[in-house]
Amino acid sequence: MDRRRFLVAGPLTLALSLKSSPAVAAQGTATGLRGQVVTVRDKVFSSLGVAPDEKTASAMIERAICHLSGKGSLREAWAAFLGKARVVGLKPNCLAGHGVCSSPQFVHALAAQLVDNLPGLQKIVIWERSDRDLTHAGFEIVRSGKVQCLGNDSAGYSPELIVQGTVGSLFSRTVTETCDTLINLPVLKDHGIVGVSVGLKNLYGAVHNPNKYHPNRGDPFVADLNCAPPLRGKTVLTICEAFTAQYEGGPAYRPQWSWPAGLILAAADPVALDRVGWRMVEERRKAARMMSLAQAGREPSYIITAGDSSHNLGESDLSSIRESVLD
Amino acid sequence: MEGCAVRLDRRDFLRSCGGCLAAVAASGLAAPARAQARLSGADIPDHEAMFWDPAESQRVQCQLCPRKCRVDDLERGYCGVRENKGGKYVTRVWGAACAVNVDPIEKKPFFHFLPGSNAFSLATAGCNVDCAFCQNWEISQTRPEQVDVYSLPPRDAAASAAQSRARTVAFTYSEPVVFYEYMYDTALAAREKGLRAVMVSNGYIQEKPLVQLCGALDAIKVDLKSFREKYYKEVCSGELAPVLDSLKLIHAQGKWLEIVYLMVPTLNDGEAEIAELCDWVARELGPDVPLHFTRFHPMYRLTRLPSTPVASLERALELGRKAGLHFVYLGNVPGHPSESTRCPSCGAVVVRRVGYTVLEVALKSGSCKACGKPVAGVWT
Ligand code: SF4
Repeated sequence: MDRRRFLVAGPLTLALSLKSSPAVAAQGTATGLRGQVVTVRDKVFSSLGVAPDEKTASAMIERAICHLSGKGSLREAWAAFLGKARVVGLKPNCLAGHGVCSSPQFVHALAAQLVDNLPGLQKIVIWERSDRDLTHAGFEIVRSGKVQCLGNDSAGYSPELIVQGTVGSLFSRTVTETCDTLINLPVLKDHGIVGVSVGLKNLYGAVHNPNKYHPNRGDPFVADLNCAPPLRGKTVLTICEAFTAQYEGGPAYRPQWSWPAGLILAAADPVALDRVGWRMVEERRKAARMMSLAQAGREPSYIITAGDSSHNLGESDLSSIRESVLD
Repeated sequence: MEGCAVRLDRRDFLRSCGGCLAAVAASGLAAPARAQARLSGADIPDHEAMFWDPAESQRVQCQLCPRKCRVDDLERGYCGVRENKGGKYVTRVWGAACAVNVDPIEKKPFFHFLPGSNAFSLATAGCNVDCAFCQNWEISQTRPEQVDVYSLPPRDAAASAAQSRARTVAFTYSEPVVFYEYMYDTALAAREKGLRAVMVSNGYIQEKPLVQLCGALDAIKVDLKSFREKYYKEVCSGELAPVLDSLKLIHAQGKWLEIVYLMVPTLNDGEAEIAELCDWVARELGPDVPLHFTRFHPMYRLTRLPSTPVASLERALELGRKAGLHFVYLGNVPGHPSESTRCPSCGAVVVRRVGYTVLEVALKSGSCKACGKPVAGVWT
């Protein structure tokens, strides 16, 4: 299905239940894929700040999902992860607006796969903090139909205060009420406060007060937030779009510190994926003769915390993480 | 009473009419048409922030409050209202009021500042701490884009205040430090209209901006959350020491100062802590600075504690008096005898209050009518 096709697919006037059904699968560990990360690399991809077309993106997603699930077909692979899903939320990262930012091509490629391969699927919601974030990144706001795209400012926040750790937040209605399943679609980049921004940090977009989660390099705030029931219970996959990745100067796009990584990373274990992303950023910094993130005073220790026994969101020990690299 | 200590009636300004000018209208004031324009998040204008330094890679260093946020391009500081846009720091709340109300000044509470008068009170979203007991968290802990925001630029705010027959503009409800630029400009505009300006604050602000602000304000009420750093850190995500510095500085600048202490059972109500606090106020600020001990009610993230027993508050009252403080009050205990102000020289009641209502002011040119001795405060 091409982009135009599903953006104008028209309202699917099903009597959708807006209340969430029980989580399809818990994050990371419950799926038996703890510590497993798949990287798919497109060797010919070398353009900085440009995403590939939907066809190429779709092929990469297909390889990643089939490998991660161990299934031979896309339909089986998606069924394994989202077989019971009815309303799926996709959370891109649009903050930078361009460059190191989610691309409509990639997100649309993924949405099209879900539409084509999940017969029980009723709706997909591409969501971000605001409509403006989405439009800046090239997305079109779509408020009805099978594939919708809107910010939390349009959807609103649920009125119940959810306290996880020491911070209380209101969560986007898209997360708490509309979607029963979430797929996290971060990018891979340096972050001036918390060290790196990959999947765990991307879910700051779910709450009304992300600014309250930044002290102490986000540790333990990022981990705490990801333990909040609406996120922990619904996020089944993280697929990181790293066609362009960045090792310094984030979260804004800085081409001088970016590289055309040409890859995507996929995992059911969000901690393992973040740990691998962190390692990649460190490798690039080292190659550029930059100090490590720890030396720069912003080691993303929240990733380790996310894997500790009290948070137990996944595997943070690199030596226990199994990486599959598909070139 | 209000500020972070006591819940404001949100129906007044958050729900009715969708926002801020409802209460103004209810007070009989014809608000300027311009002020009624509701802003969507995208329409809130940027206004260059004061007190920040540029840093490397288009980062900025905020110098407004002791948190000293280093903020990357596209990000906001901890308060959620100051944003780095391409290396330039802007405030997202200048002229963007989310709460406007006309209140008795006693509700702030100011007991020694124009008693019986009204304060045109306004707030924006945002706060630089995160108190677990915040009564107004729906506005203090949000970004301006997440609340109903109305365009009320400083001159319009001052004009509305004058029309409302308030004698004061009060910056309150959330944390005025984080809307510093809006507050500062509004205070100056209010002065041009012959109005006074007061701030209800946590006192968590750096020295330089506070000194400049004192030039525009007439009185400040500070919510002193505790006399222990541990409490500040664990319950408020803040620090005690800078707040104590602010109290001394405000006093040294000659601004009228009152202090509120919200007593939270088991967390900051220990006798030793209260006694140390009272001694410190008497020693560093003098006996004439009013100290209000107010009653906690379960709220926000602190819902598992009971309301403060009145007996605990009365013990604090005694400790304050024992420390030599002339004016110690209990708040959130309607009808308590300590609501009224007594002359420290002869004990006569000089301001008789019930709740927020002033029944009698027995002062003449700032002196007790009974004994003729001056009573500290700003009375006219
Ligand atoms: S005023 Fe806001 S941005 Fe500035 S230091 Fe304080 S919390 Fe940070």
